[in-house]
Amino acid sequence: MNASAQMTDARRPLVSVRNLVTRFDLKAGLFGHVSGRVHAVENVTFDIFPGETLALVGESGCGKSTVARSIMQLDRPRSGSIRFDGTELIGAPRPVLARFRREAQMVFQDPFSSLNPRMTIEQSLMDPMRVHKLGSTEVMRARAAELLAKVELSPEHLERYPHAFSGGQRQRICIARALALNPRLIVADEAVASLDVTIQAQVLDLLDTLRRELQMAVVLITHDLGVVAQWADKVVVMYAGRKVEQALPGDLFNDPLHPYTRGLLSASPRLKNDFHYLSGPLTEIPGSIVSAVGEAGCPFKPRCRQARASCGHQVPPLIAQTPDRLVACPFTSSLKVVPDAAHLSL
Amino acid sequence: MPLISASDLKTHYKTRDGLLRSVDGVDLVVERGETVGLVGESGCGKSTLGKTLLRLVDPTEGRIEFKGEDITSLDQGRLRNVRKSIQMIFQDPFASLNPRHTIGEILEAPLIVHKAGSKPERRRTVASIIAKVGLPADAINRYPHEFSGGQRQRIGIARALLLHPDLIVCDEPVSALDLSIQAQILNLLVEMKKEFGLSYLFISHDLSVVRYFCDRVLVMYLGRIVESADNETLWSDPRHPYTRALMAAVPDPSRPRQAAPLGGDLPSPSNIPSGCRFHTRCSLATELCRVTEPEFRTIKPGHQVACHVADHIN
Repeated sequence: MNASAQMTDARRPLVSVRNLVTRFDLKAGLFGHVSGRVHAVENVTFDIFPGETLALVGESGCGKSTVARSIMQLDRPRSGSIRFDGTELIGAPRPVLARFRREAQMVFQDPFSSLNPRMTIEQSLMDPMRVHKLGSTEVMRARAAELLAKVELSPEHLERYPHAFSGGQRQRICIARALALNPRLIVADEAVASLDVTIQAQVLDLLDTLRRELQMAVVLITHDLGVVAQWADKVVVMYAGRKVEQALPGDLFNDPLHPYTRGLLSASPRLKNDFHYLSGPLTEIPGSIVSAVGEAGCPFKPRCRQARASCGHQVPPLIAQTPDRLVACPFTSSLKVVPDAAHLSL
Repeated sequence: MPLISASDLKTHYKTRDGLLRSVDGVDLVVERGETVGLVGESGCGKSTLGKTLLRLVDPTEGRIEFKGEDITSLDQGRLRNVRKSIQMIFQDPFASLNPRHTIGEILEAPLIVHKAGSKPERRRTVASIIAKVGLPADAINRYPHEFSGGQRQRIGIARALLLHPDLIVCDEPVSALDLSIQAQILNLLVEMKKEFGLSYLFISHDLSVVRYFCDRVLVMYLGRIVESADNETLWSDPRHPYTRALMAAVPDPSRPRQAAPLGGDLPSPSNIPSGCRFHTRCSLATELCRVTEPEFRTIKPGHQVACHVADHIN
């Protein structure tokens, strides 16, 4: 898969995110005055190429879902740029957004709440086609059956209601619905987190086959490092709203650079079992996950075992080791500083 | 004498869709000082089994012995004594703490119920357990909502430890927690085990956590234990095709990806397949498997499996 990612590098990115900032106001009191601000996403930059799977990983509150929702225009970014196929989405006029919404689809974590319980599966699958006026009822019917077959469910399921399906089946239906409009981008936000490992593997394999067949780009948002290792072409690790490391999965697991990434790997029982260099007891990351309320310095400083006084002065810039490898920590090794990460081909 | 044992334990529920056979003939033993993992997919009956062992749910059939005493049909009054010795930690630490009580009140409650000491003694016990599980001393006067998920799980662990139990049934204690916090809680459980000489029955869907944490592992499928082995053996020489499929499904960065090892979904426990209950999803199933339920047999000391073809698997 990495080879295909490199081939596509020569091409134009499908999505390019530049210096994305998304903040939320915290409201308090009877009149809802603004009492603070959560810096959900701060200065995040990356590219996604056609046919590529990008994984966004991190723990709760790291901003990975907000990045996804910002790309999908569900959350409004405060600043930065999101280009889809070369067209700027932030502040774009309605017709541009309408076309984008046809070409980019999202699959959510909870397959129970993301299907209307009063619609049959056929109605759910036809709904997006109807909204985007994709032809006569017969055409849409045929398409619905075809979609269901793609996710390995039989056409007899079309007449049933969501309650008749298991979690894994529902998630396959959600994927079928996301495919209804032949999207070029699928954003899967913890789409397999609530499923059993056996079902997880089925759903991810399906998504991966479809990605290859249809040359879609996939953004995989997950907290599961194992999923990242096996299904991603490129990984972005986030902490407290910022990108702290970017790497190819092989590099990330064999040689994690950022202290947070290292911490995550050595806190993972699965990886402990599989990588001898991580042997020994589980190493916990001390403290708790901070909410991203903008403070000076490195966001990981309070939990970092190798923090120095200078870490509190400014947010460490992303340093590029290779074009594929970026890390936001000056103390990993003698890396070369690239002044403006925004100009890199990521 | 084992700490707790169950033989041919069944817990069935009557529902609109028919009889739900959640736990359907389980034999198990937990020895003193042992950490036993119980793994399986959602709906396989592992949580019901845990609750049945605690008598939170009444078994339909079978026998549970705790330290040699039959507790299968003890009345609530006599159960109280046993309950002191068997505690439970739940998955959702928020749902299992009363939001209107302070941590001090929550932790004092079991001591009051079991009449453990005078008021100042109880206070001292609570303060010392709070320190042991790594919570700040001022936690006593605070409410559950003021704590993060990991800290709430620490409160749950503190509550389980108060009465010095012999056995703690941990039902998915870390699956709601972030990775960095998960490691903190697992390490705390290991420490507490050493300090209090505990045994754990550790229920989890996450094989890697079980592999890291347990001495022995039970694999459950549709209400039955299908394989039991010590941790090392299970991982080096799994015999049941279901165990193998579960292991292969765990994404593993150190080996290339394989095709999804198991097709289809878990059948409903109200409609358990004939013969071997796994045969509908098993690639090795023969005619025998479709007709005859395999017995849970010992294939070598300490390693049991319920499969007709287990000996032919490489």
